[in-house]
Parts: sequence; structure tokens; C-alpha cells
Amino acid sequence: MDLGEINPVLLVASLMVAATPLLLAAIGELVVEKAGVLNLGVEGMMIVGAISGFAISVESGSPWLGFIAAAIGGALLSLLFVLLTQIALANQVASGLALTLFGLGFSALMGQSYVGVKPPDMSEIHIPVISDIPVIGPILFQHDPILYVGIALTAAVWATLKYTRVGLVLRAVGENHDAAHALGYKVIKIRILAIMFGGACAGLGGAYISLIRVPQWTEGMTAGVGWIALALVVFASWKPWRALLGAYLFGGITVLQLNLQAAGVAIPVEYLAMSPYIITILVLVILSADKSSAPASLGRTFHASH
Amino acid sequence: MKFTSLLASAAIALGLATSAFAQDKTKVGFVYVGPVGDGGWTYEHDKGRQAVEQHFGDKVETVFVESVPEGPDAERVMTQMALEGADLIFTTSFGYMDPTINVAKKFPDVKFEHATGYKTADNVSVYSARFYEGRAVQGHIAGKMTESNIIGYIGSYPIPEVIRGINSAYVHAKKVNPDVEFKIVWAYTWFDPAKEADAATVLIEQGADVILQHTDSTAPQAAAQEAGNVITFGQASDMSEYAPMPRVSSIIDNWAPYYIARTQAVMDGSWSTTNTWDGIGPGMVEIGEISDAVPADVKEEALAMKDAIADGSYHPFTGPLKKQDGSDWLADGETADDGTLAGMNFYVEGLEGEIPQ
Repeated sequence: MDLGEINPVLLVASLMVAATPLLLAAIGELVVEKAGVLNLGVEGMMIVGAISGFAISVESGSPWLGFIAAAIGGALLSLLFVLLTQIALANQVASGLALTLFGLGFSALMGQSYVGVKPPDMSEIHIPVISDIPVIGPILFQHDPILYVGIALTAAVWATLKYTRVGLVLRAVGENHDAAHALGYKVIKIRILAIMFGGACAGLGGAYISLIRVPQWTEGMTAGVGWIALALVVFASWKPWRALLGAYLFGGITVLQLNLQAAGVAIPVEYLAMSPYIITILVLVILSADKSSAPASLGRTFHASH
Repeated sequence: MKFTSLLASAAIALGLATSAFAQDKTKVGFVYVGPVGDGGWTYEHDKGRQAVEQHFGDKVETVFVESVPEGPDAERVMTQMALEGADLIFTTSFGYMDPTINVAKKFPDVKFEHATGYKTADNVSVYSARFYEGRAVQGHIAGKMTESNIIGYIGSYPIPEVIRGINSAYVHAKKVNPDVEFKIVWAYTWFDPAKEADAATVLIEQGADVILQHTDSTAPQAAAQEAGNVITFGQASDMSEYAPMPRVSSIIDNWAPYYIARTQAVMDGSWSTTNTWDGIGPGMVEIGEISDAVPADVKEEALAMKDAIADGSYHPFTGPLKKQDGSDWLADGETADDGTLAGMNFYVEGLEGEIPQ
């Protein structure tokens, strides 16, 4: 055992990378659920985002275009969910599951010719002087831009939900869609926009895996991150900063446990392997002792008939 | 064809497939643990399936279901396949062992073939490849080429198949490089590209300049490529898209001849329970081309070892070898018997850490 082999600076830097796909997907789903819609299709939208982003960035040579395509791809797939649940008023749980199954199959089909291709590099931001500060530089100022987008998005969602009229309306729709409707808000329209936002975020998260974290295309490569994001939203009590904390904890402990294993720490590997799940759940459950509860209309179908 | 088989598998999974299949065809089912496009383990099994289709043409019909979790879901998928009239079902992951046995009991007329397991029944055969023979060649190249003397190893689950691979690679790396050290990380998954890439990155950050993997995706190859100056080996499939660097060689599983032979046996009615464990000699394990990144003399030695294993003159586990705790395992010149290898649950002397139980 040699803990000295673990470089704490690299560790923190790589945990932020590991956490970003999870964070992006969770923030998107958080907004969707705040609007009262339960979309279990996160995994499907992520994987479609992963291949859309991958394909476009390979074809165009620009990772930026790839990420934009990933957001569009995720949002387009979420339109299918919109059609099912908001227009046809189908059950949200079933539709979400269907979306995941569809997304996994569809992405495999789209990705046939991209197996083994190397995507263009997204260079890390390097700001003279501050990026070169020891310790803080590599941790905070030497990442790819999307990682910062994730953090900025968290802040923006938090501020929007808390301080703006748009956020208030969105929350009203999620808490009591009949009352919101009576007040004249377009419940369906607001939900559609929220679902598309969620799809775009999930798509970004997926593309982060295929373009930066791995970087390659493999079928089924999101391997369950979407489901973890869904759980994270619940355990984070629908609060953006807690989702960020949860994502960093989860990503962090995932990377840390691999580091501990490689360094030969004498903790049974089974405990290390389960630690990200347990610690993240524990911390967030303790935090949510303040009785914050789910949006009251979550998962309920709205029809303006009464 | 890909799209139709995709549709077919989806239909099977949903239990919606109708029994519109012609009765005179032999129907062969495949249960996969990962997606057919994983570029590794499942990809090679699917190549075997395609070879069966090509070989028998109209006389055979194949179906497959991919990404089936090891557990109750596997039982459901197999049951469904059997109900749909499959005559022969290949279940291609270690974790399908008990589900296969359970389902086989319910369908005595259907033949089952379980990969990498050890439980047989009247209608269940097992088959596996001696991957450890390929690991010996990899270990040799790894030991010769490492400069940091640290070799990273990404394990999936601590099962005998994986442990054999680690031991075999270590024994041969150590033989040519006494200073070599193995760092082993257990990913607890067969297929999770992000996690596999993380594991590779962690090992590289901790000084490894050779990465061996026993997981199914090509993600560790991508991570090594990103890091530069790290070598890897293709696992289960050639992974030649990462050659000549980082991938310097590979172990390729060639299941096609076996799948064709077993399908033929079902057609002839000559199928019986067997326990097949073939290696480099019969061609079930192949060594992918050793790239130019490997020095010529090392390449020559590696190929010589491969030939010696193939013709049976060399066994990768030849004594003197000790177990990790220092107790004797194999005396000088003695070779390991298949029983010990099949149930291998110990490290050889020199490896650090414990095998998770």
C-alpha cells in the first residue's frame, strides 16, 4: 500500500471530469421534474446525444458543433416523449422507459460506422498565469470548456428557479397544474419546453462521455449514468446545488476508489466498489432531512378539461 | 440484415415475436452480456453467430438478445428463446451459469451451451477458451517493454477466468523482468466504457505504462492513446483500430468453428454434453498481429512462445511456481492440471493485494 502514489491534484481534476456527465443530465432532469413531469428516458436521451455529438464532431472536425448537435439530438428525442405524454396523454413512466429502450437501439443503429473512430480533440482552456498556479491551476483552470458549462448551468438553473418569474411559473406548473392553468399559464407549453431543456442537457451529458471522458463511440456506452442521474435528482431534493454536490461526490468516490485499489489499500474491493452509491445516498439523505418534498404534480398527466 | 436482427431481438425481448418461423430450420439463440458493437467480447461472439448463418444458409435461423444483465433477466430471455422454438442456445457470459442450468431443466429438449462456466447437465455443455495462453504472450511483451516496471491490469470480476489471466501475465512478465510490479483494479463490470477509461487513467496516473484489460470495451485503449506512450493489448477482439500504438497485440477469441460444429451436431442429432476448453493450438485463441511498436527481437520471442504453446511443448503454468502465500504449487517442470486452473482462486507468488472474495 502506498498512498503517496495517489496524486491529489490529478485526483480532484479527474473527479470533476467523471462527475460532469452526471451533473449535466441531473440538472436537465431536475428542471423537467420541477415542471411536474417524470421523464425516465434520461439514459436514452444521453446515448442519443453521445452518438449525435460524436458523429457531428467527427464529420465537421469541430467538437463545439458536436456538442450543439448533441443538445439538439437529445431535445429531438425528448420530443417523442412530448408527443406521447403531453399530446397523447400516455403514461409518463411507460413512455420514459420506452424512450430509453428506443434511444439505446437507435443510437446503436446510428453509430454503426463510428466504432473505432477517434473524435477531434477539445482543447483544454489554458489561461496564462492562473492556469499555471500550482495545485489550484490544474484543479480549477485547466479543464475543457464543457465542464464549466455544467457548473454555470447549475448556477443558472438555481437562480432562475429561485429568483425569476419564469422559475416561479415553472414551479407553479409542477406543484399544481390545475391552479396554474386557472391562472392562465400554458401548462402544456411550459412542460414541453422543460422536457426539451432536459433532453438537451442529457444530450450534452452523453456527448461529454463520448467526446471527452472516454473519447470514442461504443454502443451502450452511457452504461447506466442516466439512471444514476434520475436517482440523484430525488436524493438531491430537487435542489440544483445539491445535485452538483451529489454528482461530485459520486464521481469523486468512483475515481477515488479506483485510485485506492490501484494503490493497494487494504479495504475489501467490494466495499470500495459500492462506496460511491452508499456515500452519495447517505450524504444527500442526511441533507434532505429538511422535509423538502417532490413537486406535487410530479408524474401526473394534465388535461385542460376541467 | 443487422437491422432485421435488431428488430428480431427487440421483438423477442418484448415477448411479441410470433411463431411464424418455419419448423424445418434449426433455430440457434445467442444471449449476449454486452452490445454486439462493443468491439470486444460480444462482438466476437456475434461474429461466430454470423459465421453460423453463413455456413448453413437457409438451414439455420439465428436470434440474439444483447446487453442482457447477468441475473433474473437472463433467465427470462433464455426462457423466451426456448419458448420461441430455439433448438440450441448459447449463453455467452460467466454470470449466466445458474440461469442456464435453471432454464435447461425446464426445457429438456433444448440444448444449451454456456461459455466460461463449469456446470453441465444432460442438455447443457460448457465451452471456453484458454485465454491464459494468450496472456502468457502478452505478459512477455509487457515485461520486456515496460520502462516504469509498473503494469496496470483492469479486472472485471474476481472469477477464475480473470485470475488465471492475471497469474499467467504476471508469471511471464516477471520471468523477463524481475522488477515488474502489477497494479490491479477491479471494475466490477464487463462493460462500462466510462468506468473502464477511468480505471485505465488512474493506473496510468499511478505510473503504469502498460495496460492489460479483462473488460470488454475499447475504452481503455482510447484512454491509453490519450495519455500517449502507454501500450495496451486488444482483449477478446483484435481492436486493431488502436494499432500500432497503443495496441501492440491482442488476444482474439475465435468462436466460429465451435459454433458451427455444435450447430451441426444438433442438426445431426449427435449433440452430447461436452466440456470444451481449447486454446491457441486448435485456434480458439488467436494472437493478433504484433505491431511494429514492439522491438523485433521481442516480437520474435513472443511468436516463438506462441508456437511452443500451440504445439503443446510449453505450458504457461510450468513449475517451479509458488502461490502468493509462499506455499508450493508446482514443482520444477510440473504443469498445472485443468482442474486447478478451472477453479483458480489464488495469486501466484509476487503479486500484491488480495483477491476480493
